[in-house]
Amino acid sequence: MNLSWLSRFRERPWLWQSGLILFAILLPLPLGDYYRTVAWRTVLYIMLGLSLNLIVGYAGLFQLGHAAFYALGAYTAAILNLQLGIPLFWTFPASILVAALFGFLITRPILHLRGDYLAIVTIAFGEVVRLALVNNIFGITGGANGLSGIARPRLLGLEFRQPIYHYYLVLFFLLITIFAMRRLENSRLGRAWLYVREDETAAEAMGINTTQVKLLAFVLGSGWAGLAGALYAARITVISPDLARFMESVVMFCIVVLGGTGSIPGVFIGALGMVTLPELFRPLKDWRDAWLGVTMVVMMIARPEGLWPSRRVQLELQESEAPHG
Amino acid sequence: MQLLQQIINGVTIGSFYALVALGYTMVYGVLKLINFAHGDLFMWGAYLGLTGVSLLAGLAGAGQPWMAVPVITGVLALIALTGVLVERVAYRPLRAAGRLAPIISALGVAFILESIARNVYGARWRTYPTGVAPAGGFVLAGSVRISTMQIAVLVISFLLMAGLYLFVQRTRVGTAMRAVSLDHTVSRLMGIDVDRIIALVFVIGPGLGGIAGVVVALYYGSFDFTLGWSFGLKAFIAAILGGIGNIPGAMLGGMFLGLVETLASGYISPQWKDVIAYVILIIILIFRPTGILGERVAAKV
Repeated sequence: MNLSWLSRFRERPWLWQSGLILFAILLPLPLGDYYRTVAWRTVLYIMLGLSLNLIVGYAGLFQLGHAAFYALGAYTAAILNLQLGIPLFWTFPASILVAALFGFLITRPILHLRGDYLAIVTIAFGEVVRLALVNNIFGITGGANGLSGIARPRLLGLEFRQPIYHYYLVLFFLLITIFAMRRLENSRLGRAWLYVREDETAAEAMGINTTQVKLLAFVLGSGWAGLAGALYAARITVISPDLARFMESVVMFCIVVLGGTGSIPGVFIGALGMVTLPELFRPLKDWRDAWLGVTMVVMMIARPEGLWPSRRVQLELQESEAPHG
Repeated sequence: MQLLQQIINGVTIGSFYALVALGYTMVYGVLKLINFAHGDLFMWGAYLGLTGVSLLAGLAGAGQPWMAVPVITGVLALIALTGVLVERVAYRPLRAAGRLAPIISALGVAFILESIARNVYGARWRTYPTGVAPAGGFVLAGSVRISTMQIAVLVISFLLMAGLYLFVQRTRVGTAMRAVSLDHTVSRLMGIDVDRIIALVFVIGPGLGGIAGVVVALYYGSFDFTLGWSFGLKAFIAAILGGIGNIPGAMLGGMFLGLVETLASGYISPQWKDVIAYVILIIILIFRPTGILGERVAAKV
């Protein structure tokens, strides 16, 4: 079989990259509003997956409460908009900052914890955020019903009402995200993350400030999840504490791991599997979670490294042995 | 007076947490895996108990306390069987696959168990037939009282925990279990069948969880499918508080969490009791990263 066309793609990555972008831009045009919303959700979760990928994939830290930062971003946007009347687009930087700040404050004291303990503390933090929102902390979160009536964003006199506008809005931010992630991956910081993931002690011996590097992963990842939350608030205009549910965090975690930890294409595949497919199988609604569960178990047994792993993780797994060596 | 009453209630709830926490801690001990499915196995114990008790109550015409005995025995067997099955299908193939894959698999099993329960039993609150949970109680002093059900709970959980402790500390199999939790390879060299020990852990842990499911449902009277997640997370926190992998630690952690929660809801605010429990977990882990009774783990070099 002649595979020369494949290698041609490999040599000219801009060819398939621009092809993919073109596909993403044209995708919603033939679709109805329902499927445009599905596409919007998928892109939003790819963004969330990429933000969590910084923490779980690159730095190798277990974060099972990521939805809390997503919710914090959405609530920041909503509260600024409802209480102070700030237009939604102007709340985006604040959402990023608030989520990043919480990411810093929350993770700073717990960075020394080992894998599973870190996972359980992040779950606990996620629940604390959700319960604080439910209990209407400071009287501004609207309690269990959440907040509604968020003003739709406007740009140059154009009101973002139709799903398609929101699709393009998140797509725009997704492209920025991917660009940033690819730059990060090969930066000094990106390499430091990988090093910390592979061997923390050795990384420290090489002069990497492991605490700072891990903290940066959490802060950047949390801030980016906050942006995704603000984008959600812009589209749905009604938000509730359910955004911070453990289930949401699990979906995000699975998006990162199912596709292949630490790999950008892997996050795309993970989001297709965890978000798009279940939406397309609406008739199975009642059994959706069961199918999701079966998929998770089968996938992990068949391909523990994920569907599209980064090369480094693949090599690592082939060398690893049983937990007790 | 009120304090004494709160302590009685707190210890009762604490013994539930302790029973469920034992399942988490034992599995973590031998596999280093957070068994996210454990909370849902516990919830299935409550549902299967509901089916059993309703069946018996239907035959006999009314619920009676003796029915708890055959029902608990049956649930114990079924949940233990499910536990072994889960280990065989979802965890054993992943022993060599790093840390992330088994966690995803465990979460997947939790989704499956919860979804099936919701579809079979419905999303609404379910109530046990009356008359099965023993009624009545004793007045200790003034307004402080302890119900017969609370006494039953305390006796059952004390017997189970003492039995488990003696089993793990005094028998050959228990010794093998402790050896496996230290090192799989060396245990195998010593002639221990590691797979069988792990299977046994998945009989005992989920079995205790199943018993706890029936007892909790009897104590509260009604429950819904979120029981597995809400109660399971608390029990897991109890296991961590005591130092995960440590069996007496799980019992202690459960009692501690039950007391803190009851006192917090009595003296501070019932709305914030869960938040207080989580914050205590976080604070303890910041200062003692391996729990109250956990050994200090040397950093790898």
